[in-house]
Amino acid sequence: MDFSKVRWEEVGTASIETLQILAVSGLFTVLLGLPLGVILFMTGRSASPSSKLTYIILSVIVNILRSVPFIILIVALIPFTRTLVGTATGVLGVIPPLVISAAPYFARLVENTLREVDRGVIEAAQAMGASTAQIVRRVLLPEALPGLLAGITITIVTLVSYTAMAGMVGGGGLGTLAINYGYYRYQNEIMIISVVSMIILVQLLQMIGDRLVIYFTRK
Amino acid sequence: MLGANSYRIMLHMILADEKVISREEPSLYLQRALFLRRTGSFPFLRVKIYVGDGEGAVLVIELVGLTKTYGRRTKATTALSHLDLKIQKGEIFGVIGHSGAGKSTLIRCINLLERPTEGEVWVDGINLTELSKSELQQQRRKIGMIFQHFNLLSSATVYDNVAFPLKLVNTPKDAIDRKVKEMLALVGLEQHSSKYPAQLSGGQKQRVGIARALASDPSVLLCDEATSALDPQTTNSILKLLLDINEKYNLTIVLITHEMHVIQNICDRVAVIHQGGIVEQGPVTEVFMKPQHAITRDFVSRDSEGGLALEETVMANAETELPAGISSKLVKVSFLGNKTYEAILSRTVRKTGVDFAILQGTISTIKQVPYGQLTVRFEGDSAAIEQTLSELTAEGLDVEVLR
Repeated sequence: MDFSKVRWEEVGTASIETLQILAVSGLFTVLLGLPLGVILFMTGRSASPSSKLTYIILSVIVNILRSVPFIILIVALIPFTRTLVGTATGVLGVIPPLVISAAPYFARLVENTLREVDRGVIEAAQAMGASTAQIVRRVLLPEALPGLLAGITITIVTLVSYTAMAGMVGGGGLGTLAINYGYYRYQNEIMIISVVSMIILVQLLQMIGDRLVIYFTRK
Repeated sequence: MLGANSYRIMLHMILADEKVISREEPSLYLQRALFLRRTGSFPFLRVKIYVGDGEGAVLVIELVGLTKTYGRRTKATTALSHLDLKIQKGEIFGVIGHSGAGKSTLIRCINLLERPTEGEVWVDGINLTELSKSELQQQRRKIGMIFQHFNLLSSATVYDNVAFPLKLVNTPKDAIDRKVKEMLALVGLEQHSSKYPAQLSGGQKQRVGIARALASDPSVLLCDEATSALDPQTTNSILKLLLDINEKYNLTIVLITHEMHVIQNICDRVAVIHQGGIVEQGPVTEVFMKPQHAITRDFVSRDSEGGLALEETVMANAETELPAGISSKLVKVSFLGNKTYEAILSRTVRKTGVDFAILQGTISTIKQVPYGQLTVRFEGDSAAIEQTLSELTAEGLDVEVLR
């Protein structure tokens, strides 16, 4: 082991890239997954035939996206990614497949969290004349906030391991560093540094998430 | 008002010999209603006229032919069947029934949390079953509701919980602040306004529920087993609060319960529900003192300590060995109001010369009105006993010969 040969500026760049990927894909995952989860929840508990149909269709799509292995999904999405962001590699190229893979996962977490919200409270809001939109915004989301934050934490931690996988196809970040130097060139030092960095990153993210959950829990 | 089919000319007009005696609504409406009904020229206008007791009662809620079934065809279970109910303005109306009798479905049908399979729900002269979704949301704001498990937002403070119904209609901030403070003062929780529900006791949570329900100035308050999760002392304080609110705002209150003492403490009228239908209804004093239906009797006697078992024991042991020429009679004597305080019984027996033994008795109050009910065995000359009974009846007591 000789850590003196390690080019630290590359490690630094890769770390920053990983953080960029996480931030952007995390943001879009929540922006897409949250509404999707709310729609899944609302249509899932409704009795109307059109809602039931919507639920079944969305549910099948979500299940399909969740059952395709991520490494396959990246490759399959290359044409789509190219048209969307102009490239299929690097930081930019890895974000669309990450979001498409993580958003359905997060949507299911959201759906499950919303199911935990006390039905009586929703009913009380209905009895007070709240519209569906008001129930979502003023009852469901605030009541489920701690659970949603826990879901976001789990999703982002999952994204960390996905970014590493994206390294296989040149996705940028610590994953690419580990694959290119640590695996292909047998530079164990780089491998260790990359893995340790990711462990520290996951620990930090989980800790922040847990703190936020505790802060917003009122029960 | 006459144009919309959702409205109708309500029981604001009580008839006695076709003459308007209500103060609530001008006679013009009545004449118009009678005319339209006679001619039948306005099929879209729903006109219903009831014969009242001449007291000028106004109906706030009317349920017509309410039926609710769950499930489909072969597996269908009926929760309510062809139920009719009229609730007057300003009264506290209680619905009592065992669990599964349909009382919860009944109260949830009043604001359409449950949509009835058949029948109409009229609240404040509007048929809720005909309304569109947004119209229904608007009408629901005039119907407050409190729940057995309070159903407060756990993520919001007491203040924000009470402000909730006002925020729904985009009330200006200062108006919300004024109203919330008024409501919290009403229920005695001013100093708790920044706490979260998890930090409150059950009674305090229900007070928040009441404040929240009243914040939108409803014309009706529905109470869905509101005291069933509370201990006896807290129950009494919540009932007292409901009674105060009823008197202060002349607010109509509908409550459902399985506890007779709740009915006895605050209700004006009561309906007994059994297997999806109302088996008995009337003023609480009447239903309480002279229950007609077996279910009602069960509720009434279960609430007086010892219950049915005691009554049976009394009946079984009432006979004792009597000397020749002396007869006995087992009688239930009931009295209400100021008669409770008078010495009618002892005065009468002194005059007629019969003896008596009290075998069972209750002296209590029904909504602050005193009443008494005694099971008494009279002993003596049979003619003297008959005279005793007729004198007691003449004094205004209710006498029922059991044996």
